[in-house]
Amino acid sequence: MSQLLHLGTSFVPSSSTALRRNPTSSPTIHISGNKRTTIQAKIREIFMPALSSTMTEGKIVSWVKSEGDKLSKGESVVVVESDKADMDVETFYDGYLAAIMVEEGGVAAVGSAIALLAETEDEIAEARSKANTSPSSSSPSPAAAEAPEKAVGAPEKAAPVKAAATVTVAKMASSAHPASEGGKRIVASPYAKKLAKELNVDLGNVVGSGPMGRIVAKDVEAAAAAGVSVAAEDPKPSPSSAPVKVPASTGIELGTVVPFTTMQGAVSRNMVDSLAVPTFRVGYTITTDALDALYKKIKSKGVTMTALLAKATALALVKHPVVNSSCRDGKSFTYNSSINIAVAVAIDGGLITPVLQDADKVDIYSLSRKWKELVDKARAKQLQPHEYTTGTFTLSNLGMFGVDRFDAILPPGTGAIMAVGASEPTVVATKDGRIGMKSQMQVNVTADHRVIYGADLASFLQTLAKIIEDPKDLTF
Amino acid sequence: MHSSLSLSFSSSTAIPRSGYSSELSCAAPPSPLNLRFCGLRREALGFSSPKRNDSRRVVVSSRGRSTKVSASVSENGSAPKAFDYDLVIIGAGVGGHGAALHAVEKGLKTAIIEGDVVGGTCVNRGCVPSKALLAVSGRMRELQSEHHLKALGLQVSAAGYDRQGVADHANNLASKIRNNLTNSMKALGVDILTGVGTILGPQKVKYGKVGFSENVITAKNIIIATGSVPLVPRGIEVDGKTVITSDHALKLEFVPDWIAIVGSGYIGLEFSDVYTALGSEVTFIEALDQLMPGFDPEIGKLAQRVLINPRKIDYHTGVFASKITPAKDGKPVRIELIDAKTKEPKDALEVDAALIATGRAPFTNGLGLENINVVTQRGFVPVDERMRVLDADGNLVPHLYCIGDANGKMMLAHAASAQGISVVEQVTGKDHVLNHLSIPAACFTHPEISMVGLTEPQAREKAEKEGFEVSVAKTSFKANTKALAENEGEGLAKLIYRPDNGEILGVHIFGLHAADLIHEASNAIALGTRIQDIKFAVHAHPTLSEVLDELFKSAKVHAHVPSPVSEPVTV
Repeated sequence: MSQLLHLGTSFVPSSSTALRRNPTSSPTIHISGNKRTTIQAKIREIFMPALSSTMTEGKIVSWVKSEGDKLSKGESVVVVESDKADMDVETFYDGYLAAIMVEEGGVAAVGSAIALLAETEDEIAEARSKANTSPSSSSPSPAAAEAPEKAVGAPEKAAPVKAAATVTVAKMASSAHPASEGGKRIVASPYAKKLAKELNVDLGNVVGSGPMGRIVAKDVEAAAAAGVSVAAEDPKPSPSSAPVKVPASTGIELGTVVPFTTMQGAVSRNMVDSLAVPTFRVGYTITTDALDALYKKIKSKGVTMTALLAKATALALVKHPVVNSSCRDGKSFTYNSSINIAVAVAIDGGLITPVLQDADKVDIYSLSRKWKELVDKARAKQLQPHEYTTGTFTLSNLGMFGVDRFDAILPPGTGAIMAVGASEPTVVATKDGRIGMKSQMQVNVTADHRVIYGADLASFLQTLAKIIEDPKDLTF
Repeated sequence: MHSSLSLSFSSSTAIPRSGYSSELSCAAPPSPLNLRFCGLRREALGFSSPKRNDSRRVVVSSRGRSTKVSASVSENGSAPKAFDYDLVIIGAGVGGHGAALHAVEKGLKTAIIEGDVVGGTCVNRGCVPSKALLAVSGRMRELQSEHHLKALGLQVSAAGYDRQGVADHANNLASKIRNNLTNSMKALGVDILTGVGTILGPQKVKYGKVGFSENVITAKNIIIATGSVPLVPRGIEVDGKTVITSDHALKLEFVPDWIAIVGSGYIGLEFSDVYTALGSEVTFIEALDQLMPGFDPEIGKLAQRVLINPRKIDYHTGVFASKITPAKDGKPVRIELIDAKTKEPKDALEVDAALIATGRAPFTNGLGLENINVVTQRGFVPVDERMRVLDADGNLVPHLYCIGDANGKMMLAHAASAQGISVVEQVTGKDHVLNHLSIPAACFTHPEISMVGLTEPQAREKAEKEGFEVSVAKTSFKANTKALAENEGEGLAKLIYRPDNGEILGVHIFGLHAADLIHEASNAIALGTRIQDIKFAVHAHPTLSEVLDELFKSAKVHAHVPSPVSEPVTV
């Protein structure tokens, strides 16, 4: 509750930077931000050095240190490849490597900043936000740099994330790994581990198909593709029906044949794989007047509609654990221990599914802040694998496009996904024989019929509708 | 063969000519030097088997070569202290072979005792068959590297391999080289005695196969060259199928999906190159904190970026494999890891196979060293800088030498051979001390790693102690035309030297054909050539050798250092 108080006193809803909470920073970070004026001087930039007289740009071969590492003067921080050779670059100051601005493999011009060095641990977060707001002129790859801000009116603004190069991954619910000891130990082949790192796949959530249940490369590829598959079919959440500017289409040469990118290839494979899961769909129309009223009331406290919907869904799942389960081998299924709501967010060239963990237990204010934080991190490409791979139930929303109903394809490895349409004023006949206007939205759940049956979904949706139509429980 | 050659040489004697005489009849003049093979055979002439020594003495005395040699021969048959051989070598590996060849050249009557197959580890279970596998892996890598091929404008459809075919290639190569080795010794008149050699006492050796009668022979000098076997640390159960050593791996009986390699030295690295090229995934287990210990750190770092990081390899450093259980009953190979320092259990791995490449242990059991009061140190035979064996009290054991892996000075085939040659030089009356810092070493990964002399930290330590300056020069393969033409610009050559006098302390190369490039540097070190001189040597253009040319030229030797090779010579 202290956090809640905090919000009440110093929280400025319009300032999105103030919202950013970094897990490593103290909660007072957004207060201190205004007080310290000397901070900038303590955060130093690490520049791309000129390693030879003819060098104009350098490629980052590898970061010897990672973000958050303590550095002492003279220590190697990064290996840079010049036109001649690879060289270690040392730091001239003591401090902490706060933010890496040019990732491994990226190219930066001589003299441009490639990382930020914070003098004290407290300043790491400050430096990071600085790194995010003023990205280095030279970005890792040209594709990443151009991601335009084409996000949308919705309050929580599911912003596009620079992701041309980031393959996103959705969750494969958590369960004990066959080859591990009670899930403690993950057995993955060297290449699988390497791929997982590259594709940002959390091995803890991947089911191994190799000998003795070992995770092998194709499992990681499949898991990565599973994440992407969510992207494939549903762009962007936003429960409000606010009009949306659809970004103007970029220059596409008509009549050309374009080979699949790696990501598209993975999506394609995964889409075909999803045919192996017998799914079915159940729809429901839910009146949102009470929810809209609640939202209006607590919006100023930073609550977002996404958080409200996730919260409502999580509370409904508490009562219907089977809908939060998952079946992977066709022989057994797992009642997942946490309710982690993954919310699909469209990004340029794909999609990512930040996960609101334990959405049933976390209060709505914290959940809203968490959501902001996740979106900000997604935008900065700083989401950690556990922040986007651990979902047990997925929400997908096309409401902001005015879509009133659609259905989603179930990401392999999860039990159910809910497609949320726009909430629109509707003329309805009430039981007392009168006609009135109510805001209503249609939801449509796709589920794995091997474990979740029609009645399960029906009663789940009934519970959800009750919660949304009488949302007092959402705020505790 | 032996006798027939003797006959032809001694054509001036009363012995009747054999069937070979017609071929050699042209050699009738007093000097046999214009005979074919004479350079190699003339010494053998003096020392044919004792049975015919009556005729031989005439020949020897008539030629009047090395007095030492004729002395030993004149003892033969007459004096009570007669030796069967001038030199007996125990172990017919590369070291023994090198020593035997040089001994024959020096006119010694030589025998070599081998209990197994001629060629030893290198030829049968080491460098030779592994080069066959690496030749395959190198080509596989090229064919699989789409990016590389595309850059060259080549198109190749999927490359595949036949495991048995690859294994056969390695096996065939080993037997070919083994035959070459055997034939070269036979042709020179080296007696190859089969059986396990045991030293009975000073200058006395017995040999014989197990279960057969033993033969005792005497020799003026004895060289121990018994080599080494793979070292298997305690707790590791080798079954030869899923938990293997290099001996088994070279047979390539199966290519596991996932193999753990314990040890990231030369052997481990080369096998990681082979296995990953054939589609395996590899996990290195290294006891030290960094991979590739023993290599110059800078070279090791670059090698790791090229040979490990981009490949299907991961690694655990700073851990021991405390227990390895072979796969059985459908269970995989299990490896328990403990922290190298704290010995606390750290992790466990379940893999399809494990290759133990933790080094090699000297093979000196059963040599009969106790008969001459020699105590091995961790199995190694203690020797001085001239390879003379030391007894338990630190005194020299006369007429006994030990070369190669068995003495542990430098466990490389060519080092053993060089040590053997050095010993032969000494027993024929010329003092010789081998400079081990001039012996190059190579690791035949793709690309290769090679080195000679000191690493940078070693050089700096030495400089600190002896109070001289150390400088380092580097060149990149990226700047070499030939390397770029091959599209193999990845690589580095590094020179560690003394700027005050231009002495080369060490050269380390990582890059295309590094193993072949190192010899310019190792020869310079062996011959004492200084940088200020060698930098004027000309290299053909465009060749990879120019990497070293550049390297020598980029070194900065103080201007006042005089250069002995300064007199212009007109031709």
